Amino acid sequence: MPNAHTTLFRTLADPTRRAIFERLCREGEQTVVALTARAGVSQPAVSKHLAVLKQAKLVRDRPDGRQTHYSAQLAALAPLIDWTSQMTGFWQSRFDNLEDLLKRMDQ
Amino acid sequence: MSAAETRTVIVEREVPFAPEKIWRALTQPHLIAEWLMQNDFALEQDRAFTLRGEWGSVDCKVLAIAPNRSLAYSWGAMGLESTVTWTLTPTATGTHLRLEHAGFKPDQTQAYQGAKFGWQKFLAALEQTVAREI
Repeated sequence: MPNAHTTLFRTLADPTRRAIFERLCREGEQTVVALTARAGVSQPAVSKHLAVLKQAKLVRDRPDGRQTHYSAQLAALAPLIDWTSQMTGFWQSRFDNLEDLLKRMDQ
Repeated sequence: MSAAETRTVIVEREVPFAPEKIWRALTQPHLIAEWLMQNDFALEQDRAFTLRGEWGSVDCKVLAIAPNRSLAYSWGAMGLESTVTWTLTPTATGTHLRLEHAGFKPDQTQAYQGAKFGWQKFLAALEQTVAREI
């Protein structure tokens, strides 16, 4: 598995962190305070999760006075949903199989 | 990446075998099973068939047949309707084999379907990663 995938999986493997990310996807930009109100963990814990999400480029922060607003960055998931690269890899490996088969086949 | 760039996959290769031999590998079910997937393919116009892989199945239909030259079938999987076209061109040393997998239209519905599949796949992989780490 490529490194970008591993980072994304590790980042979203934590259920609390994933719930925060999902809420940002569903409901749009929010502050730490608003996220904490429904996260079931303390504000420092939410901030820590947001920092990890930010590092994986899954969220972006936008400072606004004393508040910081966070929003989901769906483009970070692109490696996982890139149809073209998935199918290219699939067909290249099938071409390899096909060539192996042709070598074994009778004329 | 723009939508236009994500629509078609092309894989080409020079293969040191005659088109007739490659044609057999592309059209005989027991041979298809060896390099692609388990299947109930038959070389008939409009024939519906299914490819079965470890991760799921692909619903296909034969769209065009030009013996030893080209073969096209629809490819319905991952929430995407697409078309696979094989083209065999004889060369001095064998065959130029070309695969074109033309994908989804760049509209919202298809993009959504693709994303949906991406999520399902992502979540399955996530489960495995989590299972390994625990």
